[in-house]
Amino acid sequence: MVEKRFFRFAEPPHEMCLESGAGLGPLTVAYETCGVLNREKSNAVLVCHALSGDSHVAGYYTREDPKPGWWDIMVGPGKGIDTDRYFVICSNILGSCMGSTGPCSIDPITNSPFGLNFPMVTIGDMVKAQKALLDHLGVEKVLTVVGGSIGGMQVLEWCMRYPDRVVSAIPLATTTRHSALAIAFNEVARQAIMSDPNWNKGNYYEGPRPDTGLAVARMIGHITYLSDEAMRHKFGRRLQGKDYFSFNFDADFQVESYLRHQGIKFVERFDANAFLYITKAADYYDLSSLHGGGSAVEAFSKARSRFLVVSFTSDWLYPTYQSRSMVQAMKKSGLDVSFCEIEAEWGHDAFLLPSKRLSALIRGFLERVERENAGESHAF
Amino acid sequence: MRFDLRLIASWIRSGSKVLDLGCGDGDLLTYLQEKRGVSATGIEKDESKVAHCIERGLSVLQGDINTEIQDYPDHSFDYVILSRTLQQVYAPDELIRSLLRVGKKGIVSFPNFSYWRVRLQLLSSGYAPVTEQLPFEWYDTPNIRVITLRDFMKFSRDVEFQILKMVAIKSDFNNKVGHVVRFLPNLRATYGVFLIGKES
Repeated sequence: MVEKRFFRFAEPPHEMCLESGAGLGPLTVAYETCGVLNREKSNAVLVCHALSGDSHVAGYYTREDPKPGWWDIMVGPGKGIDTDRYFVICSNILGSCMGSTGPCSIDPITNSPFGLNFPMVTIGDMVKAQKALLDHLGVEKVLTVVGGSIGGMQVLEWCMRYPDRVVSAIPLATTTRHSALAIAFNEVARQAIMSDPNWNKGNYYEGPRPDTGLAVARMIGHITYLSDEAMRHKFGRRLQGKDYFSFNFDADFQVESYLRHQGIKFVERFDANAFLYITKAADYYDLSSLHGGGSAVEAFSKARSRFLVVSFTSDWLYPTYQSRSMVQAMKKSGLDVSFCEIEAEWGHDAFLLPSKRLSALIRGFLERVERENAGESHAF
Repeated sequence: MRFDLRLIASWIRSGSKVLDLGCGDGDLLTYLQEKRGVSATGIEKDESKVAHCIERGLSVLQGDINTEIQDYPDHSFDYVILSRTLQQVYAPDELIRSLLRVGKKGIVSFPNFSYWRVRLQLLSSGYAPVTEQLPFEWYDTPNIRVITLRDFMKFSRDVEFQILKMVAIKSDFNNKVGHVVRFLPNLRATYGVFLIGKES
């Protein structure tokens, strides 16, 4: 059983200074923890979630709760990230809508939701807020920081901003910067939201919401999370609940029905403005230019962590070549890095699906860094 | 552990930095890490072997040794090991040069093609030899190079590197046991193990 908690900080006049130069405060960060922090405080694992995730990484809120956290297959007693051994922390990212401060939060100045008055937050700002949370929890160093996709960007940013606080890092199915393809998909998704008349320049909290736009945005996202192969196996050209075409614009194909369903489900839990802010933060992220004057090798020379980089064969949103170039830069900067490309047909989504291989990789890697870290601590 | 790997391990100083090209399941690296306290890195192309290595606590990268080796800065390692793989390399001269760029020393081993049983098979049967060390037919073998101990010595002069140590071995029973061959090694040894360095 887990509980969602809230950490409030950056009370004015001590607002958090954002990468854009703007100040923001007070801030709330929603977070959850599983497991117990040991006496040496050496067993903390920080999990970073992706675009639409939240702090509910694993476990159930109540006994009747039908659904566990989003990475329950990986995080829990005896699992890849074993909560009998590790103290797992996961917080909702800044700019989101799952309990942390974001565009749908109340602006203390106007007493109404921020909407587009919410300042642009970056991956770096999200990480800065996570660091404030760890300070609050008394965690000086994390044994590992792990995450996939946009969560993987946060993992990399942690290693850049706070190299001495990260013993190891596991960026999964991620990239040091978005390709034009990834930006293009995000832009079409944002346009879907912004062209919904209900969006009303982000000011919709009092009236009807841009549900259609957000649903279409999510449908686009889901296409990029799968793959040609995955869609062929999952849907093919099969029809949904019928034997013949309807000869109108109802959902005939299973794939249409699947996407519509995903879209509708998403608007029930997610805020359209948060979607805009987070996708933009991901598009802006560029590790080499932020930390290495354009060179990934320079950037990674700031890092001190051991790395485990994992990509998936059918991921066309963050293809393996992007992980490989990250690994190449890490090697050139003399970092200890392991890399595995997992054979998977499920596209980008593969990192969230049950995989014995991924669980075993993470478990083995964590055991090693735990052992080496204990050895090093004794040496000092 | 295999006899030839135990021999290789005996050449490596404790606490050194080692890169194993084509590390397989990571038996040698695990041994070196646990018994010699070396800092061990491996490169392996097979996904399941890479995963197995990482699961057992090694730092291993999935990729092709010929390209992966190029990313390391000069002298990143004390030893770079190429065990039983040279005969599968397309451009051995380039790989050896890279090996001696990123490593201070190299350890190279390969099956000896002039072992008497190989010679005898070809001479007597007229078929391409299939032996315990080279157990493939010509059409399915990954071993695209045939190398003899003498060839490797000539190779060292052509590519201009130094052979610092050479041990010819004859291994038996699944390679678990073996012995060093001193008399007529090019004829009697199944494997050659070489410690190499740059020409001074």
